[in-house]
Amino acid sequence: MSELTKLTLAAARDALKKKEISAVELTGAYLAEMAAGTALNTYVTVTAEKSMEMAKASDARLAKGAGGALEGLPLGIKDLFCTKDVLTTASSHILDGFRPPYESTVTANLWRDGAVMLGKLNNDEFAMGSSNETSFYGPVVNPWRRKGDATRLVPGGSSGGSSAAVAAKLCLAATATDTGGSIRQPAAFTGTVGIKPTYGRCSRWGIVAFASSLDQAGPITRDVRDAAIMLTSMAGHDEKDTTSVDRPVPDYEAALGQGVKGLRVGIPKEYRVDGMPAEIDALWSRGIEWLKAAGAEIKEVSLPHTKYALPTYYIVAPAECSSNLARYDGVRYGLRVEGRDITDMYEKTRAAGFGAEVRRRVLMGTYVLSAGYYDAYYLKAQKVRTLIARDFAAAFADVDVLLTPTAPSAAFGIGEKTDDPLSMYLNDVFTVPVNLAGLPGISVPAGLSSDGLPLGLQLIGRTFDEETLLRAAYAVEQAADFKAAPEAWWKA
Amino acid sequence: MMTDFESTMRKREPREEDLIRGATGDWEIILGLEVHAQVTSEAKLFSASSTKFGAEQNTQVSFVDAAMPGMLPVINRYCVEQAVRTGLGLKAQINLRSVFDRKNYFYPDLPQGYQISQFKHPIVGEGEVVLDMPDARTVIVGIERLHLEQDAGKSLHDQHPAMSFVDLNRSGVALMEIVSKPDMRSAEEARAYVTKLRTILRYLGTCDGNMEEGSLRADVNVSVRKVGAPLGTRCEIKNVNSIRFIGQAIEYEARRQIDILEDGGKIDQETRLFDPKTGETRPMRSKEEAHDYRYFPDPDLLPLVLRQAEVDAIRASLPELPDEKKARLISAYGLSAYDATVLVSDGARADFFEAVAKGRDAKLAANWVTGDFFAALNREGHSIEQSPVTAKQLGELLDLISDGTISGRIAKQIFDSMYKTGRDPSKIVEDEGLRQVTDFGAIEAAIDAVIAANPDKVEQTKVKPQLAGWFVGQVMKSTSGKANPQVVNEILARKLGLSSDG
Amino acid sequence: MSVDQKTVRHIARLARIAVRDDELEALEKELNGILDWVEQLGEVDVEGVEPMTSAVEVAMKMRDDVAVVQDLQKEVTRNAPGAEDGFYVVPKVVE
Repeated sequence: MSELTKLTLAAARDALKKKEISAVELTGAYLAEMAAGTALNTYVTVTAEKSMEMAKASDARLAKGAGGALEGLPLGIKDLFCTKDVLTTASSHILDGFRPPYESTVTANLWRDGAVMLGKLNNDEFAMGSSNETSFYGPVVNPWRRKGDATRLVPGGSSGGSSAAVAAKLCLAATATDTGGSIRQPAAFTGTVGIKPTYGRCSRWGIVAFASSLDQAGPITRDVRDAAIMLTSMAGHDEKDTTSVDRPVPDYEAALGQGVKGLRVGIPKEYRVDGMPAEIDALWSRGIEWLKAAGAEIKEVSLPHTKYALPTYYIVAPAECSSNLARYDGVRYGLRVEGRDITDMYEKTRAAGFGAEVRRRVLMGTYVLSAGYYDAYYLKAQKVRTLIARDFAAAFADVDVLLTPTAPSAAFGIGEKTDDPLSMYLNDVFTVPVNLAGLPGISVPAGLSSDGLPLGLQLIGRTFDEETLLRAAYAVEQAADFKAAPEAWWKA
Repeated sequence: MMTDFESTMRKREPREEDLIRGATGDWEIILGLEVHAQVTSEAKLFSASSTKFGAEQNTQVSFVDAAMPGMLPVINRYCVEQAVRTGLGLKAQINLRSVFDRKNYFYPDLPQGYQISQFKHPIVGEGEVVLDMPDARTVIVGIERLHLEQDAGKSLHDQHPAMSFVDLNRSGVALMEIVSKPDMRSAEEARAYVTKLRTILRYLGTCDGNMEEGSLRADVNVSVRKVGAPLGTRCEIKNVNSIRFIGQAIEYEARRQIDILEDGGKIDQETRLFDPKTGETRPMRSKEEAHDYRYFPDPDLLPLVLRQAEVDAIRASLPELPDEKKARLISAYGLSAYDATVLVSDGARADFFEAVAKGRDAKLAANWVTGDFFAALNREGHSIEQSPVTAKQLGELLDLISDGTISGRIAKQIFDSMYKTGRDPSKIVEDEGLRQVTDFGAIEAAIDAVIAANPDKVEQTKVKPQLAGWFVGQVMKSTSGKANPQVVNEILARKLGLSSDG
Repeated sequence: MSVDQKTVRHIARLARIAVRDDELEALEKELNGILDWVEQLGEVDVEGVEPMTSAVEVAMKMRDDVAVVQDLQKEVTRNAPGAEDGFYVVPKVVE
């Protein structure tokens, strides 16, 4: 592995500022790693030429002592973000050949700050999945393997390309999106950091929509500092998204290192679910001890509606997606399969264009919204959602952050759960409630499983209190001192 | 959208004139209208694209309008205000909290695969429209609701044998759907309703009412029933785009339904189209499946919350509306209800009248404006704005009549000349020497000449005083109509030995 | 509540996704599996609870009525599988 790609985002930034390295060198090193890492199937599109152009422009700005907060830093972009004139597919067949004539607000913010695009990262089709196995472009492979076992593992999902690429050092950091855990769970599966900010913190404009009331962008990075740096650039009010919030973006990096002395940390008792592996439970206890040792006050709290979060999510998210995906009809962009009339064309196009999981969710969503069922399913779910949000609000009256495991298990094998949608859905048991309530959450690598796979702890914060969240995450990171890295087997 | 109206409809006694005679008895038509009125605005409801009519295909389409992936709607404040203004103009309840829903269905000119509309919580609730029927009857039509929604694009089906062409310029333009209660009982009432609604919208400036350009379209719900029977099954005739067609469509559809029912058949609840070429309605083929629109609140948009102060400010800025204007014209100018109704049907006409009538004889002004002036406009197909005669000029003409400078007869001649040339009436009077002769000497001379030439008539007049009129005519003729008729009458009466008040 | 194959076919039609006959049984089973599982929401008492409308409580921002005149005909049609003369072209629609 190249020495250059070992640098974190923060370290690379500092080295660029001091002109110890150039953006062209750094970008070149990543492009070489990406070329050597195709076995992981992380990138669906590599924009090598554009990357080098952007790097050159960054070097020119850096030479003049100018440049933004991310000047010259090469990033991977989840293929859910529309990038102007660059193929954007959401890893779906139905967006075949789609080159958006516009740039998403979040990626535009990154380019504004000088970042360099390496390419577009694989993900579950339309971000629907927890293992990155639903992608039209095939599964992403986790750079991590079990000790002495070459079984190919999933990198988590839906942002599996992002998590795997960051873990394998095929980019400095990556953008990702999180609708029910799609940033945090893959981060936990790959020993990386992933933060989903408060709903409304990042603009959704230009991000291919899955479930509008839940989708939120965030970064996957190597450490908490990098996450803070990335989020500072990605976040911000956007008048093109009425659900984005008009409040200033703090310098999140500055919040780190303030310690957690006196911070009140809540431990939700309902998260001790049946059948949780002992090593996850042990990891959680270790996390509690670390925070206690750093001066935090630990309190048990109750989130009584936790068990209803997943079924609520699997009504709300499919309902919204069934409507959001109606625009993929073979008329204005993407795939078209000709038919004998317009309806036949629609039906053939959408049958060929959507994979099994997307189809399942669209059908599920269509059903729960259909006449006679709306009240029983969708309306009921939105009411339960209110109760879930109230649970959190009540807990945050007593504590500042919550600490939980990120996922109920470590990464599993490719193909292990694809036949059973429900067991796949259960992966998101700890992450989904956070999306339903619109809260910020972060996953920090905290240890290894008995067979040598990374495990993550999740911290959940108050709305728009990402600073406290990052501060606590930084403390966990310091205490965990997670140094393990996957062996670069994929280069063989 | 269809609502269950049975409970909310106004009780009305059927009128003989409105009933349709069938083989089995008399039938009553029950009509409710859903009018789609394009909101007058610069930009679309959820995007900044222009709403201008007639642009080249797909040149007024933003990425939002084309439903590109990741695009989001941002609502146009002015369109919201226009909907509130319209609601206030319809004396309706304004809902301070309303919600945008998605109405899901597939159609090539509906790029999102859903229309953003308001289903459960519309911005405007119940109101009413008062119809002034030509027979001086008033009919009150209840408004069920008004909501904001996006227009769809346009599909052209006649460009290619196997393909349709889609233009999204209209896609996303703001519409107000105004839903009436089923309070109308004849095609005539339905026409009067759309006419009145259009007048109100134009007064408010919230919709230009231009039906040729599609700014105003109506879906007509038609059902028939035997007098006193429960409501029948209704059919919805979609997108009728002229007031005349609305009448034709209703008459055809009512007859069609009656024929089916009298033959022992039953009416299928369905959506139909009116074909102006044949004057018939037919079922819409593409809508054959029962629709299930799967409405749910649009998660891209927060609830629309208005403050009472905002609504009050809009209320304070409302113009005088047709009903109030009519009442005022009647009380302030002493106009007949009929004249007042004619005048207020178009705000510009009423304004024109008021400009002419100001400080003048109101009855004279009303006669001239609704008489010769409107006749000339109609003859030439001119709108008020296109009239070559201004209110100021017509006012001057009236002044010339009132001060005796010209006679009423000459005034008509001058008016025609004004309309043709746009010249001021005083100029025409001078140029053409049309000043009325009030010079006693000159008139007396003319009268003497007529009397001298017709001694036999003078004798007859002594027996038949009504023959004096013949003398007046002769004098007017000999003076080319310029003699002041009153003066002629007085002198003649004296000369012929009749009492002048005789 | 559960779906039968007729319902699966109906919702597939509403969603405009062609489903082969030999796929119906599996879909029926999958959807019913999920529906059975979400059935547990029936336990929750939501009497008097308002449905969530937005994850974040803010007033909806609005736009001024300013038209941005910009001809994007090429940009909005360039990705279309069927486009001609600035129109989108689709199989004929019968009204």
